[in-house]
Amino acid sequence: MRVKIGKPAGWALGAVAATAAVALLVPSAMAQRDPAYAAARSAGQIGEQPDGYLGFVTTPTPEVRALVQDLNIKRKATYTERAKATGSTVEQYAFTTGCNLIAKTAPGEKYQSPDGRWLTRDASAPVRDSRCP
Amino acid sequence: MTNPRTGARRRAIEGRGLAVMVGASALAGCIQIDTPDKPIEINLNINIRQEVVYRLDGDAKKLIEQNSEIF
Repeated sequence: MRVKIGKPAGWALGAVAATAAVALLVPSAMAQRDPAYAAARSAGQIGEQPDGYLGFVTTPTPEVRALVQDLNIKRKATYTERAKATGSTVEQYAFTTGCNLIAKTAPGEKYQSPDGRWLTRDASAPVRDSRCP
Repeated sequence: MTNPRTGARRRAIEGRGLAVMVGASALAGCIQIDTPDKPIEINLNINIRQEVVYRLDGDAKKLIEQNSEIF
C-alpha cells in the first residue's frame, strides 16, 4: 500500500511512525482494512475472540483462512513487541487488546463470549470477560 | 562419649525400618491413575489478572489505533 502525502504531513506522519516504529513492526499508521477482511467481518464469517485474535465463526474458504492466519500472525508480532515494552506477557497483552477489540465491534459483527459462544454484536454492550476494563 | 559401634547399630536399625516401609508400600499394590476421557485443558487465563489488564489498557488502545489495518 502506498499513500502519497505532502511534505509537512509526511514529517508529522514520520514522527508518529518513528515513535511507533520503535514499538511496532508494522508502522503503517492510518491504514485501512483489506476489503476481503472487511467483507468477511461484516458477513459474520469471522469474529473477535477474547484472546485478542480473530476466529472462524463458520468454516472458512481457503482465502478467508489464509487472510485470518496472516492477520493473527501480525497481531501476535505486535502483541509480542508491546508485551516486551510493557513488561507483560504476550497473553496478557493480547487479552487486554481483545477486551478492546470486542468493545469496538460494530453492530452485526461477531465476537466470542467468555464461554466460547459466537454472539452477534447489537446496540447493547458486548458480553466480555469480567477482567475487561 | 559416643560409642562408634552403637551409632553403627542405630543406623542399621533405621535402615531396616526403611526397608520394612518400602516393602509394605510395595505390598499395598499399585496406585491406579485413571486417564481422563476428556482432553486436559490448561487455562492460560489464570495468569491474567485484572490489575494487569487495567495497566495495559491504554497501551492496547494506542496499538489498535496505530495498526488499524490488522484489527
